[in-house]
Amino acid sequence: MKPILQVSGLTKRYGPGCPECLRRTGALHETNQCPHCRSIIACREITFDLFPGEVLGIVGESGSGKSTVVRLLHFDDEPTQGEFRIKLNGSAGAACNPDPGRNLFALGAFERRQIRNAHMGIVYQNARMGLRLKVSAGGNIAERLLMAGWRHVGQMRQRAAELLIATEVPVLRIDEPPQHFSGGMQQRVQIAKALSTRPAVLLLDEVTTGLDVSVQARVLDLIRSLQQETGVATIVVSHDLGVIRLLTSRTIVMRHGCIVEQGLSDQILEDPQHPYTQLLVNSML
Amino acid sequence: MPLTTAMPTQPNLPSTHWRAGMPSARKRYSYAFLDEGAKREIRRKLLKAVAIPGCQVSFGSREMPIARGWGTGGLQLTLSLIGPDDVLKVIDQGSDDSVNAVNIKKFVRNVTGVPLTTDTRVATLIQTRHRIPEEPLHANQLLVFQVPIPEPLRLVEPSERKTRRMHAEADYSRMWLYLYEDIVRFNEITVGARYPVMVNGRHLMDPSPIPRWDVARLNQSEALLLFCAGREKRIYAIPAHTDVEPLSFEDFAFRVENFHGHCCSRCGCAGSFLDEVIVDESGRRTFICSDTAYCEKMRRRGAAADAAQEENR
Ligand SMILES: Nc1ncnc2c1ncn2[C@@H]1O[C@H](COP(=O)(O)OP(=O)(O)OP(=O)(O)O)[C@@H](O)[C@H]1O
Ligand SMILES: [Mg+2]
Ligand SMILES: [Zn+2]
Ligand SMILES: [Zn+2]
Repeated sequence: MKPILQVSGLTKRYGPGCPECLRRTGALHETNQCPHCRSIIACREITFDLFPGEVLGIVGESGSGKSTVVRLLHFDDEPTQGEFRIKLNGSAGAACNPDPGRNLFALGAFERRQIRNAHMGIVYQNARMGLRLKVSAGGNIAERLLMAGWRHVGQMRQRAAELLIATEVPVLRIDEPPQHFSGGMQQRVQIAKALSTRPAVLLLDEVTTGLDVSVQARVLDLIRSLQQETGVATIVVSHDLGVIRLLTSRTIVMRHGCIVEQGLSDQILEDPQHPYTQLLVNSML
Repeated sequence: MPLTTAMPTQPNLPSTHWRAGMPSARKRYSYAFLDEGAKREIRRKLLKAVAIPGCQVSFGSREMPIARGWGTGGLQLTLSLIGPDDVLKVIDQGSDDSVNAVNIKKFVRNVTGVPLTTDTRVATLIQTRHRIPEEPLHANQLLVFQVPIPEPLRLVEPSERKTRRMHAEADYSRMWLYLYEDIVRFNEITVGARYPVMVNGRHLMDPSPIPRWDVARLNQSEALLLFCAGREKRIYAIPAHTDVEPLSFEDFAFRVENFHGHCCSRCGCAGSFLDEVIVDESGRRTFICSDTAYCEKMRRRGAAADAAQEENR
């Protein structure tokens, strides 16, 4: 099987940078900050593939660079270095279907936006990042559809209603702004929005962090069943190994911006190799 | 975009051999008030605006002897473009006689000596606020709009840096979302004046506060349409024969104002944009053409036709 996403050498530095940066940061040095120029190497030389239908986990402590990776893949931020390729079904070369050989980071902002609108969905930890809290729930979903070129109000409302049903948000609240929704419901609206255009890739960044435990379980169940139904290739970012265990088949462990271990989730959880992963797994027990 | 400093070659731009007819009484100012540097800058920015239809171009706005917000933008364009061969018409909400229109007209005549007219067909340069003249414009005319707020996205995004990025990437989903929410709440698009339009399939543009009636008439115009905001220092343009499309949905089409079969009570014509006015103390209302010069022309034409009928009898 051919990967749907190929990421290689992805590096993001915040700060001016100096020749020392890469040599004096990373998991071995126990820091992501260059002692010489104070730049943060938020992630470095991240390389992985994502396969069609797969759910890949990225786990690691706070500040290890998980969100940075996801933000870069969603073109929310510019990488310092790295390549990113996407291989979709259908004819390459069409407007939103780039040549699988093209490095997407080398494309202009307009083309990247087109690709993102057509093929990617994202759910952020904070609903404030992913939703316009004062715009109606239906409008939030419609915004994504509008970005993808929909121009029929009736069809957009129909699609929004279908998605709210699928994500178990009461359809009667379609015209209410999510600012008064509960945290769990806001996340459901974000998920509905992310899935509205039937993306090929779904990015989930700490989707359940900050929710009550009982609400967490229901949202995770929902994600699992929607993922199985749609078969959307998914990247799940979490610092919670429970989430990783429940949702993912393969996992990347990050520390100080580096990948320290990767493999099948079951194996990583049963038999962690890297001392840091062992610490993570033991602390979960 | 490479800018040429040469004089505009657009067939629509009027001749600028003003020195020929320069009257001596106006020697206190340069011809047309603005110094040559200011005019040159505006013309240069205009070339860029014409080359990228609907795209806002910033320019160094000058102080004008009228208050900002009273058409200083439109006036600077007019003064930069006008020449002794021009015939000027100025309207404010369709009227040639409003104080604002009269002040601008008198000022331009004092600094240029150009003849004034109220007849749309005769004018070569028309400065307007809030209307497009009712009579169709032709290729040798320029229409200069006074613009209060040039940024159509200001409604949805206060940050200039962000609206610039949105234009650069043709990312207009926020504006579309605004219209969608409008429909969800009111079952129609309630945006009245300043209805957003797509120019040449690329740039979202604020047409200035003209009625929808006139928004529909921006499309495939024969005349060059120029827009200028003095306070915000922006120029933009719609060249002749350019597609101008009001934003609308497949199931919520753009509609112009409907006068429900009313005619103008002064000239009797149907098919012009009407103002509703109160005619007496009892509050009785009637409709009259918003374009006063057009109304007068139609009224005379009607009277002449009546007279001819009389004679034939
Ligand atoms: N805009 C920024 N400017 C400077 N440093 C940043 C910026 N964004 C992130 N960082 C730094 O990059 C590093 C990685 O941050 P990131 O948000 O990717 O971590 P994370 O693994 O998602 O952590 P968490 O679990 O807390 O969400 C951190 O040290 C962070 O402080
Ligand atoms: Mg994070
Ligand atoms: Zn450094
Ligand atoms: Zn009339």
